[in-house]
Amino acid sequence: MACVLGGADGDLNYEETELCLGLPGGGKSEVETTTPKAPGKRGFAETVDLKLNLQGKDAVMDLNDNIKNASKDKNHLPAATVKDPAKPPAKAQVVGWPPVRCYRKNIMAQKNTSEVGEKASGNSAAFVKVCMDGAPYLRKVDLKMYKSYQELSDALAKMFSSFTMGNYGAQGMIDFMNGSKLMDLLNSSEYVPTYEDKDGDWMLVGDVPWEMFVESCKRLRIMKGSEAIGLAPRAMEKCKSRT
Amino acid sequence: MSEDDDRSPPSDSVTTTDSCFSKTQTCTSGSTSGSGPSSVPEFQAPYPDQVLENVLENVLCFLTSRRDRNAASLVCRSWYRVEALTRSELFIGNCYALSPRRATSRFTRIRSVTLKGKPRFADFNLMPPTWGAYFAPWVSAMAKAYPWLEKLHLKRMTVTDDDLALLAESFSGFKELVLVCCDGFGTSGLAYVASKCRQLRVLDLIESEVSDDEVDWISCFPESEMCLESLIFDCVDCPINFDALERLVARSPSLRKLRLNRSVSIGQLHRLMVRAPQLTHLGTGSFRPSEDVAHGEQEPDYVSAFAACESLVCLSGFREIVPDYLPAIYPVCANLTSLNLSYANITAEQLRPIIRNCHKLQILWVLDSICDEGLQAVAATCKELHELRVFPIDACEDSEGPVSEVGLQAISEGCRKLQSILYFCQRMTNAAVIAMSKNCPDLVVFRLCIMGRHRPDHVTGEPMDEGFGAIVMNCKNLTRLAVSGLLTDRAFSYIGRYGKTVRTLSVAFAGDSDMGLNYVLEGCPRLQKLEIRDSPFGDAALLSGLHHYYNMRFLWMSSCKLTSGGCQQIARALPRLVVEVINDEADEDMGNFVDKLYMYRSLEGPRDDAPKVVSIL
Repeated sequence: MACVLGGADGDLNYEETELCLGLPGGGKSEVETTTPKAPGKRGFAETVDLKLNLQGKDAVMDLNDNIKNASKDKNHLPAATVKDPAKPPAKAQVVGWPPVRCYRKNIMAQKNTSEVGEKASGNSAAFVKVCMDGAPYLRKVDLKMYKSYQELSDALAKMFSSFTMGNYGAQGMIDFMNGSKLMDLLNSSEYVPTYEDKDGDWMLVGDVPWEMFVESCKRLRIMKGSEAIGLAPRAMEKCKSRT
Repeated sequence: MSEDDDRSPPSDSVTTTDSCFSKTQTCTSGSTSGSGPSSVPEFQAPYPDQVLENVLENVLCFLTSRRDRNAASLVCRSWYRVEALTRSELFIGNCYALSPRRATSRFTRIRSVTLKGKPRFADFNLMPPTWGAYFAPWVSAMAKAYPWLEKLHLKRMTVTDDDLALLAESFSGFKELVLVCCDGFGTSGLAYVASKCRQLRVLDLIESEVSDDEVDWISCFPESEMCLESLIFDCVDCPINFDALERLVARSPSLRKLRLNRSVSIGQLHRLMVRAPQLTHLGTGSFRPSEDVAHGEQEPDYVSAFAACESLVCLSGFREIVPDYLPAIYPVCANLTSLNLSYANITAEQLRPIIRNCHKLQILWVLDSICDEGLQAVAATCKELHELRVFPIDACEDSEGPVSEVGLQAISEGCRKLQSILYFCQRMTNAAVIAMSKNCPDLVVFRLCIMGRHRPDHVTGEPMDEGFGAIVMNCKNLTRLAVSGLLTDRAFSYIGRYGKTVRTLSVAFAGDSDMGLNYVLEGCPRLQKLEIRDSPFGDAALLSGLHHYYNMRFLWMSSCKLTSGGCQQIARALPRLVVEVINDEADEDMGNFVDKLYMYRSLEGPRDDAPKVVSIL
């Protein structure tokens, strides 16, 4: 599988950046080769598996679909943006490389979208207010800056760092598959994030796919698990509907 | 922005002074044959030791350099004590190297504190967001110990609004707050500072993450005339009350530095410039008209506004530039010493008429949108240039790469006085790097980032070893080096052999074997900060640096070949080293290898505020 993007790269070890269709994380061997290859989390590379196909538009369609599917799983998508569909599909990006500060990357990405005039899915930003029970200030976050619940959870943890957040799973999502775990969380004094959706209903964060959440979330409120128990029946329903 | 100054933290001298005690005769016994600088010979003063200390105090307050003060404090107990009493500026390069209590008990008359937290790789999402570097324990301790505190300079610390509130309440004479790459606070915190710090002269927020709490902090500054000299808030990404800002500028006659955020339109900028022609540093905000300006409407005379700013030497901003307006800055170009266009997506053609006039320019930050041609234009005019940074407009591995070895070569030939360079590109050659090493022997900082990993010299196909080798060989003052591209162990052998003055080294996706790291750890005696990612260095290499780690501020290694066994060995061998291992839970296929290692010397031992993902060995 030759993936040639730019010039004389004969020595490059493409294995680690090889893109192929398939389930994320599967099929890669950890056999060490002589060329410098460090076992490392490849972040995006494992999340988004694409067939690198320089036939233009067809590949682009795969790119967009796969990004949508993949973003629900592992969640180390860096701040670097998904490429403009008019260009050939991107090589997978590694976390933190190139070493350009997130701040600068975000600025340039925002600029690019506003300059080219394209606005991803209608709005250029999705600001929602975030309040946390017991905190004297409220915050605003732009949900479009994040690609997954984990990223949002990390950002909230930073903003309200003086408070402890409950551990709601490695993915930052409440595990709706496990009814008893859910009840434990809601009975505890840990904090859980809740949100008000378009219909004015308060829901537990994490029950719908990320994109749907971004579209429907109007404001966020972080409350103690025991207070969120009133939301539990709805959550439990969803639990049942999935089993 | 200035480079990190890699001096050892003041705490260092605490460990060595203890051994000093037994060696020197006590200087407090009043003996005039002691090691003091005093020349009070025969005269029997009533309290000779008191006189000696008074003299010392008077002399030592002239010592400003940290290094000199650290040396002075090692002379003997008396000097240690007097130095501690006369030190007014405290620099702490790693907030975890010592505790706030230890710092405040040794130094009791501090007026200015510089505190640095997270390592640089945190800027690139390589650290968990809850890792630490909290300002809270420091501000609590200082509130009690230094109520007269005037200046605070924080870098990569997590600062909350509560911390800022406490700061504003506790230090009545507070004058200067500088927050670089900090996070954790919002406009609420700024409101506290603005309203309570009545003596505030400097409020500089640089590349920090400030959340929008919908608080109008600009209106919180007192209504009376202000002594504000510097207000930098270009990174605060939320709208501000412009009328309040205009009134603030009008009542701040000492204002010299003003950097606006991108919510300020060019029309609004004009209004401010007219009120503050005395500015020396200006950040222009968006540099585009606001949306509700109709076409054909009379636009203000921007050129005259710039012409009126006769003292302007530093220009930045241009956050959302409409390039048509760029010529407005012509009148100030001839005086500019610093120009930051790193948010301005402009072409070489648009740059040329500007840069042609910038004969005095010393610092230039640009985007690679100017291409090699733009860099050639810079090289043709800016003979005084000593710092250049070229940022990528598209920070991906496979982007087009409008700048290359051609631009680097041109700069090396035109800007012979270059001292510091940061250059992002997609392709490079050894020849150009070698040329730079010869043309610019005064280089102190050389940071080349070839964005494609493991990319060789694109003309010869060779690794980039020779280029970087030439840099360490020919640039005798080099203290900071960042390498990239395809590099074998040979490159590291060059660094070890010639890089005797290197203090900071950044390595990514480089090297073949343990020997690479070995060369560096054994060859670079001045090495203070070492950050490595995704390189095949293992435990043996790590262990080869045991003799040196106490002399370093920190070592960072991520995605290398370290095992927890190896890290344990280090932790056992060096008790004053804090060895932090971060393994992201989600990654089970890491096998035996440690994901991230961050280790640093410390007088306090393991910290108690680490999140779950961090294990301290």
